[in-house]
Amino acid sequence: MATTTLPPGAEITLDDHGSGKPPERTPRQRQVTMPGSQAQKSETGMWVAVSAIGMSFAAFTSAMIVRQDASTDWQRFQLPHVLYLNTLILLASSVTLELSRQRIAAMPDAARHAAGSAKALLANGIYWLYLTAALGLIFVLGQLLAWRNLAAQGLFLATNPSSSFFYLFTALHAVHLLGGMGGLFYVLRKLVRSGGAGETSGLSAFSIYWHFMDLLWVYLLLLLAMRM
Amino acid sequence: MHETSASHAAHQHTAPTSFIRKHVFSLDHKVIGKQYYGLALLAVFIGMGLSWLMRLHLGWPAWPIPLLDKLSAVGAPSGVMTPEYYLSLMTMHGTIMVFFVLTNAPFAAFGNYFLPIQIGAEDMAFPRFNMMSFWTTFMAFLVMMAAFFVTDGPPISGWTAYAPLSAVGGDAGPGLKVGQTLWAISIAIFCIGSLLGALNFIATTLDLRTKGMSLARMPYCSWAWFVTSVIALLAFAVLLPACILLILDRTAGTSFFIPAGLVLSDKLQPHSGGSPLLWQHLFWFFGHPEVYIAILPSIGIVCHILPVFARKPLLGPRATVGCMIAIGFLSYMVWGHHMFVSGMNPFSATLFSVPTLFITVPATILTLLLLGSVYGAKMRFTSASLFCLGFISVFISGGISGFFLAQPSIDIYLHATYFVVAHFHFVMAVASLFGVFAGTYFWFPKMTGRMMNEALGKLHFWLTFIGVYAIFMPMHYLGLAGNVRRYSAFVDDYLIPLIPVHKFITIAALLTGAAQFIFLFNLIWSRFKGPIASENPWEATSLEWSTATPPPFDNFGGKHMVVYNGPNEYGVESRDGKDFIMQTSPEKAPAS
Repeated sequence: MATTTLPPGAEITLDDHGSGKPPERTPRQRQVTMPGSQAQKSETGMWVAVSAIGMSFAAFTSAMIVRQDASTDWQRFQLPHVLYLNTLILLASSVTLELSRQRIAAMPDAARHAAGSAKALLANGIYWLYLTAALGLIFVLGQLLAWRNLAAQGLFLATNPSSSFFYLFTALHAVHLLGGMGGLFYVLRKLVRSGGAGETSGLSAFSIYWHFMDLLWVYLLLLLAMRM
Repeated sequence: MHETSASHAAHQHTAPTSFIRKHVFSLDHKVIGKQYYGLALLAVFIGMGLSWLMRLHLGWPAWPIPLLDKLSAVGAPSGVMTPEYYLSLMTMHGTIMVFFVLTNAPFAAFGNYFLPIQIGAEDMAFPRFNMMSFWTTFMAFLVMMAAFFVTDGPPISGWTAYAPLSAVGGDAGPGLKVGQTLWAISIAIFCIGSLLGALNFIATTLDLRTKGMSLARMPYCSWAWFVTSVIALLAFAVLLPACILLILDRTAGTSFFIPAGLVLSDKLQPHSGGSPLLWQHLFWFFGHPEVYIAILPSIGIVCHILPVFARKPLLGPRATVGCMIAIGFLSYMVWGHHMFVSGMNPFSATLFSVPTLFITVPATILTLLLLGSVYGAKMRFTSASLFCLGFISVFISGGISGFFLAQPSIDIYLHATYFVVAHFHFVMAVASLFGVFAGTYFWFPKMTGRMMNEALGKLHFWLTFIGVYAIFMPMHYLGLAGNVRRYSAFVDDYLIPLIPVHKFITIAALLTGAAQFIFLFNLIWSRFKGPIASENPWEATSLEWSTATPPPFDNFGGKHMVVYNGPNEYGVESRDGKDFIMQTSPEKAPAS
C-alpha cells in the first residue's frame, strides 16, 4: 500500500518559512516509502545498468582490437549465416515488445469506456510479451546453432583469439539476454497479478533493457563481421 | 529546485522482526552500512597483520616469526618466510587493503549508512540490490581468504596481478595454480557487488532526494559518494571483463595476455600471441580511478566534518563540488602514468603525463579551500577534527611526491622503488583511512547512540599521525637511494647501508599498528559503555543530525523532511542564538 502524508495540493513549499514543520505520519503508517515514483526509480536504475553493461562491452571491444593488432596469429573465419537470421528474430522481439507496451499503455483510456475492452487489451499485451520471450529464446537457440557451426569448422574457444572473442561476445550477450528474460517473466507475473494496474513502470524499465540488448547485438554483429 | 512528489510514494518494506532479517540479510541501508564497516574493520586488521609480517621480515630477514609456519609450512619453513611467500603476503596485503578496506569503508560503509539520510530518503532506491551488493562483496572476501589455505598459497603477482605471471599456471611459481585463480574469481565477484552498489547510489541520489534537497544543497560527502559511484560504475565495469579474460587464460587455454614462446620451468607454454600490456591497460583503466574511489569519499567526509568543528562555512562550496567532478572526469585519462616503463610507445608517456599534471589542479584547489576554511577559525579540537587536519597534512605530503612521479623522465628512475610506496600509501591509503577515522569519530554517536572516548581518540590520532610519518617519510629517501620495492631482503652492496632505515620503519610500523588497537578498544568499549549521545552533539547542520540518535528504521520516524538551507550554514546568527542553521530549519539563512 502506498502511504503518504503529503497529499497533492497540500505540499509544503520552500517559501513557507516559519510554518514548514515536517508533517507527521501515524505509527501505523510507518514503513519505508520512497519520495520518487517507482517508474522514475526503475528507469534511472535501468539506464545506469545499461551504461555499465555498455562500458563492459566497450572494454571487451578495446581488448579485441588491441589483441588483434598485438600479434600475427589472428585467424579470420566466415561468420555462420544463422547469425543474420537470429538478428532478424531479435529485432522482431523488440517490435512485439512495443506492440505489447502500446496495448498496456492504452488500458487506462479503454477502462474509462468499458472494463471489458481494458481486459482484452491486457490479454493482448500479455500475449505479445509471451511472443517476445519466445523470440528471445529462439534467438539464444539460434546462437547455439552458430556455435555448433563454428565447432564443426574446428574452431573452439581456445583455438584462436578470433574464435575466443566470438564465443566470448556471443556467450556474454546470450547470458545478458537470458537475464533479461528472467526480468520479463518477473514483469509478466506482476502484470498478471495486478491485472495490469500500475505495473507499467517495470515494463518500461524492462523495455529499455531489451532494446539495448538488441542494439548491443547489432553492434556486436557489425564488429564481428568487420574483424572476423 | 528539485521537486519530489510524495503522492507517488511507493511502499518498499516494513520493519523486520526476525533476527536474520534485522541483522543478517537486512534490507535496511543502515544495517548494510554497518556490515560493510564491520567487513572493512576485519579486513584492515588482517591487512595490517600482513604488513607487520612483511616489515618484520624486511628488518630482520633471518628471524623466525612465531606461528608463521603454521600458516604456511611451505611458505615459511620454521617461521622464516621464503622470498615467494613474502610476495604472497604483499599481494594479499595490497588486495585486501585496496578492495576490502579503501573501497568498502569510506564509500560503501559510510555511503550506505548516511547517503539516504543526508538527502532525506528513507532507504536506498533498490534495497534488495543493496543487500545483494554486501553479501556478494562478503563472498568475494571469503574466496580471497580461501587463497591462504590452498596448497600452493596466495598468488605472488601483486595486487595489480600483472600478466603473464598472473595468467600462466603453477609452472611460474607458488600461488599461481589455484591461489591466483581464486584471486581473479574473488575480484570478479567483488566487481559485481560494487556495480550493484554504485547503481544504487546513483539512482538514490538522482531520484530520492527529499523536498528542497536540490543538488546545490546536498552535503559535500553526499556529492563525493555520488561522484565516486559514477567512477566506480565505469571502473568496475572494465575490471570485470579484464578478470573474465584472465580467468579464461588461466582455465580455458585462451591467449589474451600470454605471449608466444614463453618457457617456464623448462616447459614451453601452450599459448601464442597474447599481449601482457593489454592486461596493464585494462587493469589501470580501472586502477587509477580506483585511487579516486578510495580518496574522494574521504575528501567529501573531511569537507563535511571540518566546517562543523571550524564553526565556519567551507570556502567555495561550488568550487569544491566542481573539483570533485573534475577529479572524477580526469581520473579516466591518466591510467598510462602507471605504465611509463612498461614498454608503451614513449610518446604515450607525454600524453598521460599532461592530464596527470592537470589533475593536480583540482586536487590543489580542494586542499587550499580546506586550508582556507580553517584559517582564522576557532577550531574545536576533537578526535574527528584532528583526523581531518591530519588528512590535509598527509594528502599534501602524498600529493607533492605525485608531482615528481608524473614526469616520465623522473619516473624512469623512481619507478618500482620505495618512493612510489611512500607516495601511494600517503595519498591514497593513509589519507583515505584518516577520512574513515574522522568519519568514525564524527558519526559513531549517530550510529550507536553513544559517544566515543575523546581522550583515547586523541591519543590514537597523535600516535597514528606521528607513526605514519615515521613509516612513510623515510621511504622517500629509500626510493631516492634506489631501493627497489618487492625485495624480501637486501643483500646487494648498495642496499646494505639502507637496512637500518628499514629496521626503523619496521619498529614504527609495529608501534603505529599497535596504536590501532586503542581505536578498536575505544570502538567496542564506547559501543556499550560510552556516554549517551544527544541528537546533535556536534551542532552540525545536515539531515542526519535532524533525526533521532540512532535513527529509527525509516530514518525520520515517520516525518517527510523538508530542506530549506544548504549544509554550510555555520558562523551565522540563528534566531535561537546559535551559530548554525539546520538544513531543515525554515529560518532563512543569510547565505542561502
